[in-house]
Amino acid sequence: MYAFDLERPGRIADAVKLLSDSEESQPLGGGQTLIPTLKQRLAMPERLVSLTAIPEMQGVCLSDAGEVCIGGATTHATVAAEAGAYPALAALAAGIGDPAVRNRGTIGGSLANNDPSACYPAAALGSGARIITNAREIAADDYFQGMFTTALDEGEIITEVRFPVPEKAHYEKFDQPASRFALTAVFVAKYADGVRVAVTGASEEGVFRWSEAEAALSADFSAEALSGLSLSGDGMISDLHGSGAYRAHLAKVLTGRAVAAAR
Amino acid sequence: MTQVAMTVNGKSVSGEVEGRTLLSDYLREDLRLTGTHVGCDTSQCGACVVHVDGKAVKACTMFAAEAEGAQVTTIEGMGTADGGLTAVQQAFQDHHGLQCGFCTPGMVMTAAALLEETPKPTEAEIRDYLEGNICRCTGYHNIVKAIMAASGQDVSAVAAE
Repeated sequence: MYAFDLERPGRIADAVKLLSDSEESQPLGGGQTLIPTLKQRLAMPERLVSLTAIPEMQGVCLSDAGEVCIGGATTHATVAAEAGAYPALAALAAGIGDPAVRNRGTIGGSLANNDPSACYPAAALGSGARIITNAREIAADDYFQGMFTTALDEGEIITEVRFPVPEKAHYEKFDQPASRFALTAVFVAKYADGVRVAVTGASEEGVFRWSEAEAALSADFSAEALSGLSLSGDGMISDLHGSGAYRAHLAKVLTGRAVAAAR
Repeated sequence: MTQVAMTVNGKSVSGEVEGRTLLSDYLREDLRLTGTHVGCDTSQCGACVVHVDGKAVKACTMFAAEAEGAQVTTIEGMGTADGGLTAVQQAFQDHHGLQCGFCTPGMVMTAAALLEETPKPTEAEIRDYLEGNICRCTGYHNIVKAIMAASGQDVSAVAAE
């Protein structure tokens, strides 16, 4: 790693100030992606601003509007243990990485990184979550802007994520057993006003909504409703673990399984 | 350089670290607690697992300065007060849960964290919890047996006998 200063502010306002002081400042969530990246010298910040010592960015609660609200620096382990009001979300968090990674990795870090194979982007987009930052609120539909790209500005941090709780939902993940990311995974959520389907680990553009499946499932919430649909392998990730066509096929199969398992 | 202070295996320690100093390096190089092993240094293998405030974490994927004020337990802190082995450690010996021993500190720390959360885990729960700990010698079966035994359960039903 190149040398840098590490700061651990205790308040959001202090973190924002430290990040805006210098263009070479970068936020540090749980570090489960960023630290390996730094070790490979793929990033060269002058200053890292840790967000994990900020109490107001920690924890899970239920809002008056019935949303599950999660502090941006809340670990996957805490979401798995405490987001019981949204069981599909808690189960998703319980399946990220491994236990030690879940004790450090944070929801805000995952969403800010927007890895094309990460789990949380599927939950946020599949739930129509609201991403709350130090400056504004961003709808999930506007937030994800391509692989490793989001609507966040430089120095903007995710302080909270709010998930409307659906009638039924399920996250079906086909594990890539070495990386423990999703080879492909699908989040399906049934709301009173329609069904949302978010696919991760498949597109070169990162997480996306499968609108044809959403329409079919909104009319008939059953795996059979998907029978006439197919996704193209064009623009899908193709690597030694699977071709684009394989991932496209997997996305359909996993969507069906998620519908069948939704509760 | 930053000043850090934490409690490691019950003792207060402090020192100067760089921002980039990993917790694993601080434990091994500054405190000379070399039981925490660094296998891959890429967050994959789990040989460096320690407990920070009671939670299993990979010490190679956390900065020392992030452990400011924390209670850290390493493999050196796992024995009994009279210098003997804990139930988990004894079970690894009894069930041949190690061969070369390199992964064992991380395995023991992960197993101890599991049993703290789930005192009587099923075989599937044990294997799931060990997902982030790699052993290249044993094939895992004896590690799983050792953890079953340490939790006071019958080991005869463990798969692949």
